[in-house]
Amino acid sequence: MDFTPHTDADVHAMLTRLGLAEPNDLFAHLPAEVRVSGDLGLPEPLSELELMRHIDDLGARNTPGLICFAGGGIYDHYLPPVVRALTLRPEFVTSYTPYQAEVSQGVLQALFEYQSMIAAITGLPVANASLYDGASAGLEAVNLAVGHTGRKGVWISRGLHPHTREIITTFARARELQIVEHPMVGGRTAWAPDAGPEPAAVVFSQPNHLGVIEDYDAAVTLAHGAGALAIAEVDPMLLGVIRSPGAAGCDIAFAEGQPLGNPMSFGGPVLGLFTTTMELLRRLPGRLVGQTFDREGRPAYTLTLRTREQDIRREKASSNICTNQTLNAIAAAVHLAWLGPNGLVEVGRQSMQKARYLAHRVTEIRGVKLAVEAPFGREFPLLLPLDPDDAVAAMADRGFLAGVPLSGDYPELPGGLLVAVTEKRTRHQLDSYAEALEKVVSDA
Amino acid sequence: MPEPGGRATASPLMGGSAEPTLRDLSSPGRQAWSFPPLDVPDGDIEIPELAPGPPALPEVAERDLVAHYTRLAHRNFAVDLGAYPLGSCTMKYNPKVCDWAAEHPAFRNLHPSQPAHTTQGALEVLMEAEEILCRLTGMARATFQPPAGAAGELTGLLIMCAYHRSRGRKPGTILIPDSAHGTNPASVTLAGYSVAQLPSDERGMVDLDALRTAVDDDVAGLMLTNPNTLGLFEEDIVEMARIVHEVDGLVYYDGANLNAILGVARPGDMGFDIVHSNLHKTFATPHGGGGPGAGPVAVVDRLVEFLPGPLPVRDGDRLRWEMPASTIGRVHGNHGNFLVVLRALAYMRALGGPGLRRVAERSVLNARYLESLVSEAYEIPYPAPCMHEFVASAAALKRQTGVRAMDVAKALLDRGIHAPTVYFPLVVEEALMVEPTETESLETVEAIAEALLAIAGEAAVDPEHVQRAPHNTPVSRPDDALAARQPVLTWDMERGGGR
Repeated sequence: MDFTPHTDADVHAMLTRLGLAEPNDLFAHLPAEVRVSGDLGLPEPLSELELMRHIDDLGARNTPGLICFAGGGIYDHYLPPVVRALTLRPEFVTSYTPYQAEVSQGVLQALFEYQSMIAAITGLPVANASLYDGASAGLEAVNLAVGHTGRKGVWISRGLHPHTREIITTFARARELQIVEHPMVGGRTAWAPDAGPEPAAVVFSQPNHLGVIEDYDAAVTLAHGAGALAIAEVDPMLLGVIRSPGAAGCDIAFAEGQPLGNPMSFGGPVLGLFTTTMELLRRLPGRLVGQTFDREGRPAYTLTLRTREQDIRREKASSNICTNQTLNAIAAAVHLAWLGPNGLVEVGRQSMQKARYLAHRVTEIRGVKLAVEAPFGREFPLLLPLDPDDAVAAMADRGFLAGVPLSGDYPELPGGLLVAVTEKRTRHQLDSYAEALEKVVSDA
Repeated sequence: MPEPGGRATASPLMGGSAEPTLRDLSSPGRQAWSFPPLDVPDGDIEIPELAPGPPALPEVAERDLVAHYTRLAHRNFAVDLGAYPLGSCTMKYNPKVCDWAAEHPAFRNLHPSQPAHTTQGALEVLMEAEEILCRLTGMARATFQPPAGAAGELTGLLIMCAYHRSRGRKPGTILIPDSAHGTNPASVTLAGYSVAQLPSDERGMVDLDALRTAVDDDVAGLMLTNPNTLGLFEEDIVEMARIVHEVDGLVYYDGANLNAILGVARPGDMGFDIVHSNLHKTFATPHGGGGPGAGPVAVVDRLVEFLPGPLPVRDGDRLRWEMPASTIGRVHGNHGNFLVVLRALAYMRALGGPGLRRVAERSVLNARYLESLVSEAYEIPYPAPCMHEFVASAAALKRQTGVRAMDVAKALLDRGIHAPTVYFPLVVEEALMVEPTETESLETVEAIAEALLAIAGEAAVDPEHVQRAPHNTPVSRPDDALAARQPVLTWDMERGGGR
């Protein structure tokens, strides 16, 4: 295929004006030693139909139709068709970052509304226009806290998503930050008040990675007592049911935003939600849209507080982020508006009730129990009497994506399997899951 | 008046009436959502930290939603509407068949934690795309975890850091030309290095003597875009890489401008060690109003062990995940922006080797042709042959008429053409950075040139009209000072004191 519209006559006419004979001459000024001379071994071009067949063939190598009980940030919620229909409007899909506000009011207003709704559900006054994903949003939160406090200690709950902890650790190594991990006891973080060094941030997840609901006050009081920022990762789909991080006194909240409007997509593109207080506004990473007026006094939207950003502040910027996840944020906004206040409560409530039902069903299986006895949200940790990777493989043969094995990230939980439930699962699927797991356990 | 065939210039059809916000459209009790009734036992949810009530979200019907977002879309310019010669951003046409691939149900419903034996197709997508990317860049292996160019830069710098630490060294400075993108120095700071800036010489290229002077044992590496942000190929690149390698420094390729050299020249053959590419530029994945992108990082053999992981590896006829031996760890929560990679793979396979090279040829042809037309009215401060983009200056125009680069950009919007990048790179006064891309026709390129020349002509006659542009867009220039002085960042914020 060829997406360039030039005819041979066009190319000839253009080269002639430039005083060149052939396309190769366009590169005559490149040093000979760096010009490709041989064959790079690239594939042959494909027609559109051949290409579609190839993609179909690759897709057919994935196991189809697994019923999803995996979570850990990425969840299989019901995604209404209207979300894709509106998000995939070509005016949103094929535009650049809205630097030219006069011809970008659509994207700008959609982001302003996204910011408004993310602020509303997290209970914090300011949201940015999205970050890459939940994990990198966690990293940006830590970076903000380090800059704000001038300290190098970072206290992290072991209940924070293992991938978020890993990214923060990757970054901390380069920046020489001191990470202190606080253990979990009985499924909740057991904060150690004198863990030293002086923390810039106290970071935890609500619910935590095991699905258990944490004590907000314990973390927030500890953070503020130590002069640190309280930073919470949240599950956006539970914010109709669980108290918001803003109401609990957190300084920063971040989240993996995929469940809002985005398919699971093998984990990307998704989006990171990031909200904070007015006090920290000038340190906010990422883009911000503000409302203003044009020359005629009409309401207009524009990218604002740009002096935080890399293209203006260069090495002194609050973050290096440039491209973000705007289209995913628009999808999140459409979905949130589709849900409205009561729909968000309903999706959280149904997910949690179904999780309770499934937890009850599977713990009736001989040898299967909850890893911790503590109130959970829509996700819970099971202890299985077999290797959870083997259990997941055997369950896949029976048509289920059984959950996310925990034993790799939490060696203290051998046999640990994190099971997530959404409102999309039917009672029949929950019952079938329990029956399949019973077979897998008894076969082991 | 109808435009000649083949011209992608949208006379603005965009919606002129202000659109209310979703909150303005909200009415208590209205609802779009529906879920099946709960089919498991209900009852009070007994948890600590219960929310006191529903969050304050708008309440709208689905019909309101559809009308609202469709009207918002009408207030937005896009590649699908017309020419978008935004320098450095490679706003080429995004093929629809690649959209189709990204929406494929066999991929979009995969969970990132699925066992590898159930996602063999997805791993194959990553392997195929990696192989093509490595052949195009002259690198050994690549990671697709970085979700954007800036994330790729940070990843590359963390790899540099790990490499030097493994050799018992701790150099602290990264060299960056003064024409570099802002993400370069911002990433350097984030990675814990300090920045040393290299001046450009009279050709608009890195000053080789300045580089020789700047390189010492504290230098960890050099970050470079090639062609650089002036659209010029750094002709001394091989010598530059040699100088940096002499102190065991690494040379980083910022792939923002890779489009210009696809299949023509390879960063690996120039001496680069680490290469990021922007799939949302070079490989035609759409920008989505600002993202998602993807910024894969490819490295030479000796750096493979430091790559983020897990990486897919072949094991007989199966693929599995493996952590590189001395990995820097993850840089994304999952596997990066996978569906963007799938789109890019579809694009690369559609074009194949000849098509990819044609991208470079025609993007350079369009840019150089447009430059030759535009130079009748605008200065070209660095006259070396441009690659896929060129930087013109409105400095003379400003002196003669008072019309600035920003005014020229805004006046282009009135003519149904997106503005070029302005005031960048910083080394050019009143810069207009123009990148037509290879997917615009000869007619469109000429229409862009005619518009730029007409604006220069108008500036001479009626500069005020140009300075007040745009005139027929959904809004005129917004009051950015007010937006920053009294920020209104959500619909709950009130502007103190009014206008």
